[in-house]
Amino acid sequence: MAEESGYEHRLMKAWREQLGCGFEQVAHVFEDCMLEALPVLSQEGVSAYLDYARFLCKMGRGVEPVLIFLQEWPSVAAILGESSLPAISGCIRTLYKSPNGKAITPFLQALPTAARRLHSQEQLQDYLDLVVDFMHRTTGSVHGIHTTFPSPGLPHLFEQLPYLLAQISLKGLKNWVEYGIRNYGKHPERQIDYFSLQSADSKAVLQRERHGTLLVDVERKLDMYLRGLWQDSQYLVPYSTGFDELRKPIPYYDKLGIRVPDVFDDHNGISGIDRYRAILAHIIAHRRWTTPVFADNLSPFQRMAVEFLEDSRVEALAMREYPGLRRIFLALHPQPAEDACDPEKVSAVRHRLAMLSRAILDPEHGYQNPHIIEFTRLFHEKLATSESSTEEMVDLAVLFGARTRRQSDALPNTHFTDTEIDYRDDNRNMWKFIEQGDEEEAFDEKRQLEKADEIKGLPPRHYHEWDYNSQTFRPDWVSVYEALHPKGNAGDIDRLLEKHSALAKRLKRLLDLLKPQDKIRIRFQEEGSELDLDVAIRSLIDFKGGSAPDPRINMSHRTDGRSIAVMLLLDLSESLNEKAAGSDQTILELSQEAVSLLAWSVERLGDPFAIAGFHSDTRHDVRYLHIKGYSEHWNDEVKGRLAAMQAAYSTRMGAAMRHAAHYLSAQKADKKLMLILTDGQPSDVDTQDEHLLIEDARQAVRELDQEGIYSYCISLDPKADEYVSDIFGNQYSVVDNIERLPEKLPKLFMALTK
Amino acid sequence: MTTNKEQYQIQQEPFYQPKGNEVALYEAAYRSRLPVMVKGPTGCGKSRFIEHMAWKLGKPLITVACNEDMTASDLVGRYLLESNGTRWLDGPLTTAARIGAICYLDEIVEARQDTTVVIHPLTDHRRTLPLDKKGELIQAHPDFQLVISYNPGYQSLMKDLKQSTKQRFTAFEFDYPAAELETTIVAKETGMDEAVSAKLVKIGQTARNLKGHGLDEGISTRLLVYAATLIKDGVDPKDACRMALVRPITDDADIRDTLDHAIDALFA
Repeated sequence: MAEESGYEHRLMKAWREQLGCGFEQVAHVFEDCMLEALPVLSQEGVSAYLDYARFLCKMGRGVEPVLIFLQEWPSVAAILGESSLPAISGCIRTLYKSPNGKAITPFLQALPTAARRLHSQEQLQDYLDLVVDFMHRTTGSVHGIHTTFPSPGLPHLFEQLPYLLAQISLKGLKNWVEYGIRNYGKHPERQIDYFSLQSADSKAVLQRERHGTLLVDVERKLDMYLRGLWQDSQYLVPYSTGFDELRKPIPYYDKLGIRVPDVFDDHNGISGIDRYRAILAHIIAHRRWTTPVFADNLSPFQRMAVEFLEDSRVEALAMREYPGLRRIFLALHPQPAEDACDPEKVSAVRHRLAMLSRAILDPEHGYQNPHIIEFTRLFHEKLATSESSTEEMVDLAVLFGARTRRQSDALPNTHFTDTEIDYRDDNRNMWKFIEQGDEEEAFDEKRQLEKADEIKGLPPRHYHEWDYNSQTFRPDWVSVYEALHPKGNAGDIDRLLEKHSALAKRLKRLLDLLKPQDKIRIRFQEEGSELDLDVAIRSLIDFKGGSAPDPRINMSHRTDGRSIAVMLLLDLSESLNEKAAGSDQTILELSQEAVSLLAWSVERLGDPFAIAGFHSDTRHDVRYLHIKGYSEHWNDEVKGRLAAMQAAYSTRMGAAMRHAAHYLSAQKADKKLMLILTDGQPSDVDTQDEHLLIEDARQAVRELDQEGIYSYCISLDPKADEYVSDIFGNQYSVVDNIERLPEKLPKLFMALTK
Repeated sequence: MTTNKEQYQIQQEPFYQPKGNEVALYEAAYRSRLPVMVKGPTGCGKSRFIEHMAWKLGKPLITVACNEDMTASDLVGRYLLESNGTRWLDGPLTTAARIGAICYLDEIVEARQDTTVVIHPLTDHRRTLPLDKKGELIQAHPDFQLVISYNPGYQSLMKDLKQSTKQRFTAFEFDYPAAELETTIVAKETGMDEAVSAKLVKIGQTARNLKGHGLDEGISTRLLVYAATLIKDGVDPKDACRMALVRPITDDADIRDTLDHAIDALFA
């Protein structure tokens, strides 16, 4: 172009005039920008480019928007086509006309990444619609008249966009944004936290939308893989690949379990789950066949070589067991090109070792390097007859290091491309170190001992909660802490039972009627197990008498056993401390009596039965108190816990039901019944919308139903009809006369299970 | 009353690979006509062993597959109606006691406990079977022996034998054979070569490792034999394994996936 520079210059001047922008920084880069733009833009395109830059320049938002636009548009246009400009400018105009002018610069900054990820104009349009929708819904207004406050989250969204689009698809982004607007649309600070990816649920929702195979989805399969194929069982602990950009974590294992990434995309035709399996196979192979060796005598390069060779060895042994692993390893192992790096200029240690590792794995490696070929042969010779050993690999590695060492190995920049084998662990367990105090003579020196943390209470279990406004679950929203109920005096309960001894006698009669009568005869069967002689003789008489005999002369039996597992869930919220209407006892005391009688009756019937109480103090602290387990009998221990029952806090019913269901569903029984004894509607101090927890409880009932658990509510709230049928359908009864609860509860139970 | 004894004779030798000294032990038990119980998971060769022993001893074998609808009269016999009155028909147990056969009650716990009590008088020193409805007391034939089998693994607590029943038997505990032995069994039974049989056995063991973790029972030797038979017939080994080994035993998608992966990993 040099010889035409005068002509160029003239045109450039015309363009500069067309732009008509006085910013100095723009003048500096203008020529470069134009040179970049000319090959990708048509004549009209250039004109539109300049016109629009002019608009941005005159917009009054400083130099940044125009600068970014001038620099980035050519690359965006190259991907999406220049015809996408009107759509983008339309979006910017909307931002410009709203109080969100400040977001224009971040929007433009995010545009190139968005273009690269979205790839088509249709997708871009979706993205722009999302932006506009976001803006409208989060821009604040005072008294609903003017839109005056800028959207707090919008600039942050643009800042996170490159990262977000790398993790999730556009659809995922939509869901993530939707969740944020719905839950934090009216709360500026939390909105900022959410959209700048700082809050926990922001990350949790993002995690849900990520592409690839999530560990949580395949954990059970992997567990079975370990058990079934390798006779090993280890905890799988995920580490996040999403948030550690600087230092990429790699798999490893320690005494707490095997650490694996939380998500895997498909790679090179290998599905995410098979990539997990490759990691597990590799690690288990180490556990089986690697014996730790001392690291102290080896240089870092030698150690690296030992690790590569030992990795290859255990993989070879694993493939001996399961030949199908070869396909997966071959696809996942990088294939470093022989001439990929210049060993004079960069350190090629990793490159050499990766080539060796590839050559060992892949007979068709095609490498020419004589060392690689020789050591591949040596390796296979060692493994041909036996399993070889880690020590032999050390010898081989040291030899390889000596043969192939170069002056340049110590250079600071190492060739890394295609040398990282991502299904291999960090080999921390194949090394032993001589530590101070390990020497034989140092026996009186104090050894450092690792102290194990003491466990205090059970860790919380997290449960989702149903948000009826959006018809979605809030992931891991509620933390349930389970604890043993404190103990009191068991004698109190015995006294209560004595007080109701007359009632107990009546109940006993009913219970005897209920007891399973294992065998029931079914008569008048045409086909049966036995001849019913009475009927048969009558038929015979009929037959001999010339009339048509009744052919139903057999009988058979059917068993009628009880197989019901019961869970009684007690609401222990503050309101239980109130006095029951027309009585001098509190609702709590009456509940105690009722539960005691019920427990006594169920024990007599022999059905598996558990009791638990719950109350909550915000979603972060739902307490689930264990009173009686299925394997416990109705003994003093249990009575003591029941006697110590106290009421406090609020009623977050859904979470407690889900937690109780997780025990009940583990019971082996034909019928599973969850009785919920409550005195009011679900509510909690951190929830203003009173329908929210009612809807959540209703959703919990539905979930239980799907698990085959029949839930039944006994409400002590005379006004319960308004909401209880919303939650439980018609599976409830209201006990208005609370004084009669001790009598009603066991009878209700018997009626339910008859 | 005449019963065709011949139909209960086993004509050809059923293939049975002894795992230990069980053949000699059984012969000793039979010499004294002690009742025998064989326990073990499904498809590990319990029935085959009894068949083999019946053939070896040259005695007729009457097999009854028990189920929960079975009643005492299904074992002992019942009255049937005919045009001019009723007729007594012997049940399998009665027949065996009359003709001196080995009576094999397969999966005895499937039958209800009150049913199994009818075998008691046959299993102790009395060796008699009272037919109360008919008013007859049968003295068992000198060759008669009672054998029961059950699978202690998968039944619920409800389905256990009464102590009074258990304590009338001598017992063999069967399990799936060790890998090499099982390979030989699959190979001999089907004529499959040892290498493929070994792979099949390995898949079987994969599933057995998952027992209790979503599987009630592992893959039985019987299923391995099925798979080998299919492969022998020209079916692709992977398809045969899926069809014969995986699909029958589970509906759980995760387990299916894991076992499918094991098949892919072995038949690469």
